[in-house]
Amino acid sequence: MTIPQAPAEVIARKTIATLTSDVAGVAPAKPARRLPVEKEWPTSAIVAVQIGILVVIIAAWEIGAATGFIDKFFWSHPSAIYHTLTIFFTTGDAFTDIAFTFRSTILGFLIGTFAGSALGLSFWWSKNYAAIVQPYIICFESLPKLALAPLIVLVFGIGIASKIAIATALTLVVSTLTTFAGVKAVDPDGEKLFYSLGASRLQVFRKLVIPSCLPWIISVLRVNIGLALTGAIVGEFIASQHGLGRAIIYAGQTYDIALVWVAVSVLSALAVVMYVTVSWIERVLHKGIKV
Amino acid sequence: MASTKLLIDDVSMKFATPAGVFHALDHIDLAVLRGSFVSLIGPSGCGKSTIFNIVAGLQEPSEGRVLIDGVDSTSTIGRVGYMLQKDLLLPWRTLTDNIILGMEIQGVKRAEARARALPLLRRYGLAGFENAYPRALSGGMRQRAALLRTLLFDTDVVLLDEPFGALDAQTRLRMQEWLLQLWEDFGKTVVFVTHDVEEAIFLSDEVYVMGARPGRIIATIAVALPRPRLRACAATPDFMALKERCLDLLHSQAPPDIEDAA
Repeated sequence: MTIPQAPAEVIARKTIATLTSDVAGVAPAKPARRLPVEKEWPTSAIVAVQIGILVVIIAAWEIGAATGFIDKFFWSHPSAIYHTLTIFFTTGDAFTDIAFTFRSTILGFLIGTFAGSALGLSFWWSKNYAAIVQPYIICFESLPKLALAPLIVLVFGIGIASKIAIATALTLVVSTLTTFAGVKAVDPDGEKLFYSLGASRLQVFRKLVIPSCLPWIISVLRVNIGLALTGAIVGEFIASQHGLGRAIIYAGQTYDIALVWVAVSVLSALAVVMYVTVSWIERVLHKGIKV
Repeated sequence: MASTKLLIDDVSMKFATPAGVFHALDHIDLAVLRGSFVSLIGPSGCGKSTIFNIVAGLQEPSEGRVLIDGVDSTSTIGRVGYMLQKDLLLPWRTLTDNIILGMEIQGVKRAEARARALPLLRRYGLAGFENAYPRALSGGMRQRAALLRTLLFDTDVVLLDEPFGALDAQTRLRMQEWLLQLWEDFGKTVVFVTHDVEEAIFLSDEVYVMGARPGRIIATIAVALPRPRLRACAATPDFMALKERCLDLLHSQAPPDIEDAA
């Protein structure tokens, strides 16, 4: 039996390795490991892949529908959707519907955010008042507000008022609770400082509480715009004469699947535009308040 | 000579706790002369901050009165400048606008307050940072700004609660000298709280040594070192002797956190 002979230098290296690892008291011969680094692609490549995926999906859908692999009746297909889209924008109600949904969303968003923030801030004025009102707010928060939508439509009618009301109901509570959290986070030492300077409550409120809570108020804007849009659409689902939500429901009920897709796409485009705008406003405001 | 500016007259503070009545302060008497600089030193929990809160009118004492210029000022706010441990600069205001806060609250127009504050900012080492926001400043600068805000608030008495506690040793020494300069320029009556015996002696005309549980003044030590004081005076035998005495007094009390651990 012959033992394969290792070259002399390997033996020497091993001995040194064993020696040093004995000294260090660790297991010998760990493989060297490099820091894992992912090479980042240029933006153009990322965008190209993103567009590629979209093209593949649309092409597969179209081909699938043409070959009968996908049921055109239930799923429609891209060329029909495009056709409906042009009709929707030329002879259809596209602009009326978009304007209606946009208006109810924005108004609900503004009313809900402002009223909610004001309500949250108002809790600073009295601990008793805050303690009394708080359970009601939390109760209203845990309630699925959309469950109230039919009632709201009955009360406010099938016009824009009911859509604004639902959007307001959804955004109000979020703003209230977040602002209240901000109020509770106001530094008590800051209040001490103000009072030691002889400040009135109104001065503390205006110069300390409101500025401290602004970042909290701003942080919910993005969430609220999404909620307001949801509220407006649900309102239109229930009863409406205009709006993208109504277009979706109407198209669904008449099996006009292409129109469903068109309305949903326009709705997402609207949502993206509003979301991006609000994100931008948020950033500008955050910079403006220097916190 | 000088008259009594601030008089703390037999002030006690009790809190009801589940374990019984807790005496935070027990019959504190303290008379501070106009334009003098006094320090309170003592172990944690001896009620130094409670005294300040009472003098500033932020807490109502269980017994006793606070008199400023002989007028009863117990539980009235806005009579003294009060600087807390934290600098409490408002992050959304520039340095200048932070410093004028006191004047602004007292109803001075912003533009006028700024005009009054600017020369002082420049004179006291904050030149070039007038429009900077607090987060852009070092700890020492923030503390300077907080001190200026306190001094610019138009009151004769100023309470400083460990203003340099969070600063590194070198900055702290510079700030002490800076504070003495300010005190001489402004002629305010200063009550200073610190943990640092050397700091207390270096700055003060009188040092009050406090004991804990109940919080009380156990000794008043007059510091007769000549002014203006230079850093070197900390090495003189007089200074050493005073320091020794203060430390002895502080050590003579049982450490409260061991005694009351149960």
